[in-house]
Amino acid sequence: MSEFFAMGGYAGYVWSCYGLTLVILAGNLWFSRRELKAQIQRATRRNQTAETP
Amino acid sequence: MWLWFYKLASPPYAYAIAARWRPWLLWSALILMVISAYGGLVLAPPDYQQKDAFRIMYVHVPSATLSLSVYVIMAVAAGIGLIWRIKLAHAVAAACAPIGAWFTVLALATGSIWGRPMWGTWWEWDPRLTSELIQLFLYLGYMALRSSFDDTQRADRAGAILAIVGVVNVPIVKYSVVWWNSLHQGPSISKLGAPSIASPMLWPLLLMMLAFMLYFAAVLCDRVRAEILRRERNASWLASVAAGT
Repeated sequence: MSEFFAMGGYAGYVWSCYGLTLVILAGNLWFSRRELKAQIQRATRRNQTAETP
Repeated sequence: MWLWFYKLASPPYAYAIAARWRPWLLWSALILMVISAYGGLVLAPPDYQQKDAFRIMYVHVPSATLSLSVYVIMAVAAGIGLIWRIKLAHAVAAACAPIGAWFTVLALATGSIWGRPMWGTWWEWDPRLTSELIQLFLYLGYMALRSSFDDTQRADRAGAILAIVGVVNVPIVKYSVVWWNSLHQGPSISKLGAPSIASPMLWPLLLMMLAFMLYFAAVLCDRVRAEILRRERNASWLASVAAGT
């Protein structure tokens, strides 16, 4: 098991690449989701102000 | 088929489709990512030259591939929007840019981390690396150009022209290792005939590429929906969105 994490002496390089990939993929997903939520809220507010003159 | 395309171009329909497909795309992407990461990190034997450092390839190659194919999708969508004046196509193009830019950053960063032990340098002004950096600037330039317009229609049109002109960089990145004497290794999968990579090493890579594409499609669903909402003003169907359906 420790041999697996050692990656033949390249542990720092290999795991930093996989960690970075995880962070960027997760971040991308999260930012897109947040943007969508914000736009849904904006649309909701616009509708409410349109309904009550 | 054509009728379906016609229907898909209508924002409410596309919005609903994107919302429905997104979980399926995301979950299949995540499951495939776990399987191919296991295949790449555990099952594949170490490379005889690069030892375990070659495993970086399983995240580097898919992100580099996507950094180019997302750009092509963006340029095609922008072209469709420009020629047939389809609003949704412009929304797709605008939605592609940030995702593609992140893939480019990831490709550059993982390549750099791999280059340190293998080439002995983080960065080299090599044809492949330099053209990929230009690819990142194209994405950033596209986004900056868009945001410099207050009017969405003008942003769409100006952005579309930049996206289409910038597509010349895609073959330059792709064939840079063939055309010039690059430090970067040549293609090993797409060689005509037999790919020069052993199958226990190859299948996790192909599966990871598929997983990245599905992941891209899932994120695109969210981004396109946000773009549609930003563009649609005073449309009655927005009421149903606001109601949460």
